[in-house]
Amino acid sequence: MQKYLARRFVLAFVTLLSVSLIIFIMSRVSGDPRHIYLDDYSTQEDWDRMGEVLGLDKPYYQQYGLFLKGAVRGDFGESVREGRPVTEVVLERAPATLLLGSVAFALSLLIGIPLGILSAVKRGTFMDVFGKTVALVGQSAPPFWLGIMLMFFFAVELGILPPYGKQDWNSIVLPAVTLGWYYAAANLRLVRSAMLDVLDSEYIKLARAKGVSSRTIILKHAFRNALIPPLTFAGVTLGALVTGSLVVETVFAWPGLGRLAIEALFAFDYPLLQGVVITFTLLYVTAAFVVDVLYAYVDPRIRYA
Amino acid sequence: MAADLSGIVIAPPTPWARISGFYRKLRRLPIIPVTLLGLVVFAGIFAPWIAPHDPEKGELGERNIPPAWGSGEKSLKNVVERLSINERATSVTLKDAREIDPNAQVGDQIEVFTKPEGTTKFLLGTDHLGRDVFSRVVYGARISLIVSLITLAVGGSIGVVMGLAAGWYAGFIDEFLMRLVDIKLAIPLILIALVLVITLGQSLWIIVTVLCLFIWPRFARQVRGEVLQLKHMDYVSLAKVSGASTARILFIHIFPGTINTLIVVATLQVGIVILLESTLSFLGAGVPPPTPAWGSMVSDGRDKLAGGVWWISTFPGVAIMLTVMSLNLFGDWLRDKLDPRLRQLE
Repeated sequence: MQKYLARRFVLAFVTLLSVSLIIFIMSRVSGDPRHIYLDDYSTQEDWDRMGEVLGLDKPYYQQYGLFLKGAVRGDFGESVREGRPVTEVVLERAPATLLLGSVAFALSLLIGIPLGILSAVKRGTFMDVFGKTVALVGQSAPPFWLGIMLMFFFAVELGILPPYGKQDWNSIVLPAVTLGWYYAAANLRLVRSAMLDVLDSEYIKLARAKGVSSRTIILKHAFRNALIPPLTFAGVTLGALVTGSLVVETVFAWPGLGRLAIEALFAFDYPLLQGVVITFTLLYVTAAFVVDVLYAYVDPRIRYA
Repeated sequence: MAADLSGIVIAPPTPWARISGFYRKLRRLPIIPVTLLGLVVFAGIFAPWIAPHDPEKGELGERNIPPAWGSGEKSLKNVVERLSINERATSVTLKDAREIDPNAQVGDQIEVFTKPEGTTKFLLGTDHLGRDVFSRVVYGARISLIVSLITLAVGGSIGVVMGLAAGWYAGFIDEFLMRLVDIKLAIPLILIALVLVITLGQSLWIIVTVLCLFIWPRFARQVRGEVLQLKHMDYVSLAKVSGASTARILFIHIFPGTINTLIVVATLQVGIVILLESTLSFLGAGVPPPTPAWGSMVSDGRDKLAGGVWWISTFPGVAIMLTVMSLNLFGDWLRDKLDPRLRQLE
């Protein structure tokens, strides 16, 4: 167990390090950062002084070291566009993304798991066809398009939900459904197939033969074991929800990190972009790590392997 | 004593039973997905012959025309000699009025389209720059095909070679490659991809390279698993004994054993590549405009929705959805046919 966790931890660390390296290289490939800070009226002196402040007079590996040193302390420099510390801007935007992500995650579980069970238990019926359709659409429709269609139907045509932004409580409905649908579809498929597998097993047949009620069999015997595959997937889901927010926040003008990343990217605001990418990776890696721990806890085969 | 069965005649199946049996067999084949995929491939290859208009050029005078079945809106306007800006909503110039009705005079009232009517000239309507949506969707199939085929060929080959090496040599190489796969799974790749494309420049080749980063690990993992099983087979040992080189064993003896799995993985990965490519296009980091890519077309129509112009975004999105859906269904079917071990209960 400890060895397993240690491995996972090292992996998370290496991941963060490699992402920081990629993003550092990208920011240097794109050109001298002084071009963004200084304008045509600055002198050679300004140019040199700026270079000293940013550490650009040092060799690249030292620059990367400086960048890492700052990053560990939560200091990513100043955003070019906003003229404020990057950390401040990121922290301001993070709650909106976390809110959207958690609501979407909850939705994906609340829709995916019950529908998955129902379509497995009522295999071949209307319920099953309905479940399969939800899953098929969710896995095939690109989220950005799904979001636009939902927006057109519910906000423009029916006018019952706000089309974009984050004002009232109901403005989260459309973005959360858009973001959650894909993962609901994935959960649905996983639960359905795991459930069918389990329902076909010997111990369920024995329980049936003993005369245990269907309800108890489904909820107590089958469901618990059918929950392991979606749990494994949850790590991927949590992480991917963070990236999914990139698209959904852009569609719905949701003031979170995803939109911030896109804004920073197209404004060539590299300090801000570095901050957002590292934050995203940190969220991603933490989610995956937490799920790995949970997974080991639930499935003893992992713990003792 | 055996029962006397001589009087029993087995009735031949009724015509109805034959038809329903045939239907049942037919239903198991992925007819709809394959047909749809065939259409997409056909559209991609023969785009210049199918598309009725130039996908990259439009007439501004013909912008935002609804699909052929869409109805326009008409209203009565006064015909005037000259038009001042604040009269636009209520009046038209004599020159414009004469185009509709040659006998129009100043002071008349005339019915004018305030929102254009659909015409069969533009089956799925036109976009905000007057370009034919149908032609753009057809050409978009071409872009999706090109991107996904190149990505699949390059990314797939990298993945296969990595997987073969990891499975065959085990030890350090295996460990290193599989950790690479783990890292790939643990970073927000779409964000990294965006940064790469924007920094290095938007071109087809950079996008393909970035997409390869997404897909090789899936192939590597699958092939590695297969190799681990195959390398202990007798025929592999025989090849070794008879002096075959490692390369020969890997590519001539082991690789063919992985092809069934590869076909399944490849089919399912194409769907993922198409989704990713369209996501990049949508976010503005795809094949640069005016080249018609499905993702950027959806993005084009986004801010036109509020004015009721729904067709610019809808049709390319439907194209993406149907293509990916067909690939998923076809991939599932292939998996059941070629690789029953991977089958999930349906």
